[in-house]
Amino acid sequence: MLELSILWPSIANGLATGAIYALVALGLTLIYGVLHIINFAHGAALMVALYGVQLLFTRFGVDPYAAIVVLVPAMFGFGYVLQRFVIARASHGKDENILLVTLGIAIVLENLALVLFTADTRTIETRWSLATIDIAGAFIAVPKAVAFVGALAAAAILLALMARTDLGRAIRALARQRHGAKLVGIDVEHVFAMSFGIGLACLGAAACFLLPAYYVNPTVGNGFVLVAFTIVVLGGMGSFAGALVGGLLIGVVESVSGLYLGESLGQIGIFVIFLLVLMFRPTGLFGSKA
Amino acid sequence: MSSALRVAAPIAAFAALFALAPLAVASDAWLNFIVLALFGALMAQSWNVLAGFGGQFSFGHAVFFGTGAYAMAVLQVRFGVNAWVALPVALASGAAVGVFIGALTFRYGLRGSYFALATLAFAEIFRILANTFQFTGAGAGLQIPLTKSPATLQFDARAGYLYVALAFVVAGLAVAGWLKHSRFGAWLQAVRDNEEAAQALGVDVYRIKLGAIAISGATMAAAGAFYVQYLHYIDPALAYGPHYSVEALVGALVGGVGTVWGPVVGAFALHLLSDLTRNAFGDVPGVNLMIYGALLVLIVMFAPRGLAGLLAALAARLRGSK
Repeated sequence: MLELSILWPSIANGLATGAIYALVALGLTLIYGVLHIINFAHGAALMVALYGVQLLFTRFGVDPYAAIVVLVPAMFGFGYVLQRFVIARASHGKDENILLVTLGIAIVLENLALVLFTADTRTIETRWSLATIDIAGAFIAVPKAVAFVGALAAAAILLALMARTDLGRAIRALARQRHGAKLVGIDVEHVFAMSFGIGLACLGAAACFLLPAYYVNPTVGNGFVLVAFTIVVLGGMGSFAGALVGGLLIGVVESVSGLYLGESLGQIGIFVIFLLVLMFRPTGLFGSKA
Repeated sequence: MSSALRVAAPIAAFAALFALAPLAVASDAWLNFIVLALFGALMAQSWNVLAGFGGQFSFGHAVFFGTGAYAMAVLQVRFGVNAWVALPVALASGAAVGVFIGALTFRYGLRGSYFALATLAFAEIFRILANTFQFTGAGAGLQIPLTKSPATLQFDARAGYLYVALAFVVAGLAVAGWLKHSRFGAWLQAVRDNEEAAQALGVDVYRIKLGAIAISGATMAAAGAFYVQYLHYIDPALAYGPHYSVEALVGALVGGVGTVWGPVVGAFALHLLSDLTRNAFGDVPGVNLMIYGALLVLIVMFAPRGLAGLLAALAARLRGSK
């Protein structure tokens, strides 16, 4: 048995990573809930945002946290255009087609990054990269602590947006009743694209909080894609509360299983959870739909 | 009988044409091109069996490729088994992994996007396992001893490899032709088109799908085994990484899914394209897959039935205008 003094820092670190996972998964679950499509390019889009943060920092000296004001609108625009002009046109009304198109987009983005930036892994070093703070006996890297708070704040803003604004109401109406929403005058194509844009905007914010404590390379998104799908499936497809709780839970599971099984085998824990949930509880912890 | 002949005749002609290739083509580069295109056609046909005929889209087809490759390499390196003996074992392991994955996913009713993601997760699990254990050479991979002797399924000249790849592709075509015209194939296509209706009519959906994934797994494992013999080396990223999952899928989709010849047409078109881009851009890593990805988007957008569908539409128009 491991002592609490080793376990608690592992859990605290897992919660910090889990908050980022939750933000990534919120974007994914929003897109799924409204458009009923599985955005396979989600990880690749996160990778694009991470390179955005990295380039802004190295080329223009923009602080990663300040880069939020650039990255969030930029990723929103990217998502809007992608949905309206590429994904919507390719579906021909079949789910598999959408999955294939988003896979194609992911392959293009990933390899474009490989051509432009090579396979090198890049990190950024800010003044507080190596600083730590003491949280109830666990020394946590400052960027991780900021990521935890920032990701939860971003999630809160997203939830408020969904609950309080006209756009949020339109998105929720569309998620529930596509034809009904159309009948009351909602511009379906526009709101679809807005939802996809907001889903990717989450990634813009996530990238800004993630990079100071993490790294970027062309395939960095792959790890996040399966983790995010696991969270979304675990939390119930389309459920915001599920994505939040699932994200934190998976962050902790990954961190703790890494502690017991080692880095390499620890990763398997997530994929096994993913498969088990798909098989035995496809509606997830919070989902209601079959 | 005549329908069997209509399927068999073009396949026989194809086999004869490519069997003569080493006599007609002197250039080593062109022979290599043909070998790699046939290798691609084999993978695309494997994906086509499961997705084109069965409607089950796999995003992690590398799980079968890697299993075939590792079975081949491990048996030779760790146990000193002759390659000709290892080959059927490699195919059987591909089929077994197919049945294993199929039993877990189909029994619990995973379909469409969920099945695609589940296959991807399996490929990742296998990659991590191959990366962890010394038995499979871990991260360093496995190198099979170079003998260049037909007795160990290695060849001095490319022609030997061409014949092996050709034999597999012809077998794959025969399987696809059989699926088009057999009762099993009709059941499988019924499951693809409407699973509930097929079930209501008494088709044993679960077993039909298991059969399809076993055939597909064995076919993809053959490609993996061929890869090891041709390049004498395998590692976890090559075996279970996304590259061959993508190549199998794009090759089939470009050619036309659910057709006998689509995967062959698609694989040759892809390899021609990637050779042209290599000439244009040099050997920059990533350019190749970037074009595959763009092609995937364009095909799904503008020609969901692939090149085979385009040709059929063209032929219909020519006939109509006469």
